[in-house]
Amino acid sequence: MTELSAEHCYHCGLAVPAGANYSQMIGDKLRAMCCPGCAAVAATIVGSGLGSFYKFRSAANTLANETSLELFLDWDIPDIQNEFISQRGQGQQSILLFIDNISCAACTWLIEKHLGKLTGIETVNVNGTTMRAEVIWNPEQLRLSEILNAIHQIGYIASPINDSSDIPEIKDQTRQLLLRLGVAGLAMMQAGMVAIALYAGSFQGMQQEWQTLLRLVSLLFVTPVVFYSAQPFFSNAWRSLKMRHLIMDVPVALAISLAYVASLYATFQGAFQGAFNESTGSASGEVYFDSISMFIFFLLLGRFAEQRIRHKNLLSLNRGNRLPPVTTQVFPPEHYSFEQSEKSARGHRIVPIKTLMEGDFIRVDSGQTIPCDGIIQSGDTQVSEALLTGESNPLTKQAGDAVYAGTINGANPLVIKVSATGSDTKLSTILKLAERAAMHKPRWASLADHVAGWFIGALLIIASSVAWYWYLHDPERALWITLSVLVVTCPCALSLATPTALSVASSVLRREGFLINRSYVLELLPKIGRVIFDKTGTLTEGNLTLRHIEPAAENSAVNKFISTRQILGWAATLEQGSQHPIARALQQYVAGPIEQQQFVTGSGVSGSINGDQFAFGNPKWVAEIAGIELPNNRGQGAQKKDSMHSKGIEVALARNGQWIAKLYFGDQLRESAHPAVRQLRSKGLSVSLLSGDPSPAAAEIVQPLALCDYQFSLQPEQKLQTLQQLQAQGQSVLMVGDGINDVPVLQAADISVAMGQASELSQINADVILLCNDLRALPRAIAVAAKTRRIIKQNISWAIGYNLIALPLAASGYVPPWAAAIGMSASSLIVLVNALRISRGLRN
Amino acid sequence: MESLYLLIPISLVFILIAIRIFFWAVNSGQYDDLDSEAERILFDEADDLSHPEEIEESQEQQKEQQ
Repeated sequence: MTELSAEHCYHCGLAVPAGANYSQMIGDKLRAMCCPGCAAVAATIVGSGLGSFYKFRSAANTLANETSLELFLDWDIPDIQNEFISQRGQGQQSILLFIDNISCAACTWLIEKHLGKLTGIETVNVNGTTMRAEVIWNPEQLRLSEILNAIHQIGYIASPINDSSDIPEIKDQTRQLLLRLGVAGLAMMQAGMVAIALYAGSFQGMQQEWQTLLRLVSLLFVTPVVFYSAQPFFSNAWRSLKMRHLIMDVPVALAISLAYVASLYATFQGAFQGAFNESTGSASGEVYFDSISMFIFFLLLGRFAEQRIRHKNLLSLNRGNRLPPVTTQVFPPEHYSFEQSEKSARGHRIVPIKTLMEGDFIRVDSGQTIPCDGIIQSGDTQVSEALLTGESNPLTKQAGDAVYAGTINGANPLVIKVSATGSDTKLSTILKLAERAAMHKPRWASLADHVAGWFIGALLIIASSVAWYWYLHDPERALWITLSVLVVTCPCALSLATPTALSVASSVLRREGFLINRSYVLELLPKIGRVIFDKTGTLTEGNLTLRHIEPAAENSAVNKFISTRQILGWAATLEQGSQHPIARALQQYVAGPIEQQQFVTGSGVSGSINGDQFAFGNPKWVAEIAGIELPNNRGQGAQKKDSMHSKGIEVALARNGQWIAKLYFGDQLRESAHPAVRQLRSKGLSVSLLSGDPSPAAAEIVQPLALCDYQFSLQPEQKLQTLQQLQAQGQSVLMVGDGINDVPVLQAADISVAMGQASELSQINADVILLCNDLRALPRAIAVAAKTRRIIKQNISWAIGYNLIALPLAASGYVPPWAAAIGMSASSLIVLVNALRISRGLRN
Repeated sequence: MESLYLLIPISLVFILIAIRIFFWAVNSGQYDDLDSEAERILFDEADDLSHPEEIEESQEQQKEQQ
């Protein structure tokens, strides 16, 4: 179903990097893979006979990472899994897993089949809508870590969750609405069938007896629709009236109840008249039962679609995945003293993080997330505080420095004395500030509710003047004409006009990876005049890649015999085991073991490979350690630590006291950044970058983009100021960001967009989540929003136009009730079909 | 036309039964996943058509891994 071109990874759909040589036989074709992770996943899927997954999937998978059982061993500790596991009979256990990247129905099938093959698995039930899997297994035959690893082997990210939260509520709401919808649907069909007989009867003539019978039957069908299915409209209307605020549900509830009461009256009046006087026939009073049930059914259908999209967005927020680690290594106080180095401290054990107390000593290995606030006791390292400050370069920290929860230990193992945990950490404080900021954001009243205010006012005034006029001139007909005015002006089309268009648009955008959290986004998007990227990281990939290798000039004779491959092999081997961004950029070139490996924080790494002494790091440090002169071809620039210049970060490699090469690393623009900026500008929008990064490196990266303006080295307050100045000039601003520290700025923007990798909280606070990290979704969303706006306008003008024509006719008594009912239903259908046009022409 | 007095109550009974079944289906969770159930039947059929020896092989591999 998803066909990908040759140069794209068959598994995840990303471009295959030049030189990468991974592939996998799928079906009878050899398919290219972008990385060992994807290749391993595809091999597992095909190897377990589930290769037909690729035929049935309707979306490309997400990029896979390599996995190993060790990553999940923590989950086998009873203290940790107990919280998530419930015991079933016969020695079985069950657990609920959140699966992060289910994209289509084929995914649920793949996971169920793959897990089902493990011995010890009793049942696996994957729900594609809630992205949850319930696994029942026998703990004596299978460990939890093996289950998690098996899911990761086929490329999905699973994490145990506790569903005490909002899931049961969502399930109840969905079921309730589905029941109301089903009842309305069944009753609508029955009432419609009876209505055909009634209409035929009113053309061809029908005995009073049969007419009354049929009316009573349709009354029977419609009564549960009014009292059960339409109940949410009544309760919403009542709530809004109590708050002295008119919403669309008020005229809806009014129309339903008036039409119902009038039909009820007509039915029984006809019945009594029929009993007493055969000759009067059906002259007075008409029934609208079929129109009522149809109207309620369509309204509920719209609401159901809207609720489904909202719930799906809520459920697919990255939960679990971004949480701090669940366990940590703690030293019992009696085993740890300051004199001991971290290596000799014994007896550390693994405990759940929530049991940590202030004053505990914990060990954080390199590459791990620090679980709490604390003071470093021993070890020096580099810590990435990107989550807190947005600063992507790691900071050097040593004993006595404070570290914060949520930051990542980049280089060496640390021993930390815990100073704050849980809700007392700096991270939580920032999160609370963000939540408060979110509450103060002004909300846009939706267009439909805005219209509802004057609509219901006008309706009541017109209806009462019509009643007054006919009461003076022809009191016999006054009641029926007034009622037909009310039914004709029923706000069906008007109340369907906006929600149907909005829910079609949201589901179209959802498929593009553009998740809308707040309903006003679609109405606001077309008014946006400026798009601001709040940091360089939103435009770039956010990790270092190798840009350029420069063999050392003075050793050209030696270097003739050294290939680029060899240089990379040495550098990667030296860096292996480190979590530094440079080490990660070189990961794929590792070639063999290393001895005497020694990391020096902030400088580099040294060690010996096959007996040769190597040093790799910033040129000045390498010169010192190798006892050689700095190569002078770089001049002053090379003196600077981690110097940034036009080629990126400069790192030197030396062997046995000789320069070998210099390697340059840098971040690179996202593939989608260029087209996205171009498309935004061609729509007449200004695009700017307000970055907190220090200028030279960042400026150089974004240079090729045709940004309107960019500013660097900004503090969050300065960003906020700039933003508010722009807003004061009357511009509406859409802001794209991902850091928690920038949440106040994001909140101040008219629309905030969080990237898919952003932390859970900034995602919840953002108006929009860009799940696919494809920036081109932005211009596409603006286009969809503009189209939606156009369609809403068409729908509303149609609805109002219809009312304007029908109203005078009904008020003068010329509209027969069957025409009123057909007009009412047809105008609703036209609005629905028009809304569906949004999804046309945008696919592909 | 008098048959209506019989036919309409019969249709009412059928509707009641249909609504009961619908309520039972929804409340027993059969409509909780509206996305994947519709396509599930297709995958299982394809599974039967795939090479049986491949599946056996993979099961052996699984056993070896454990």
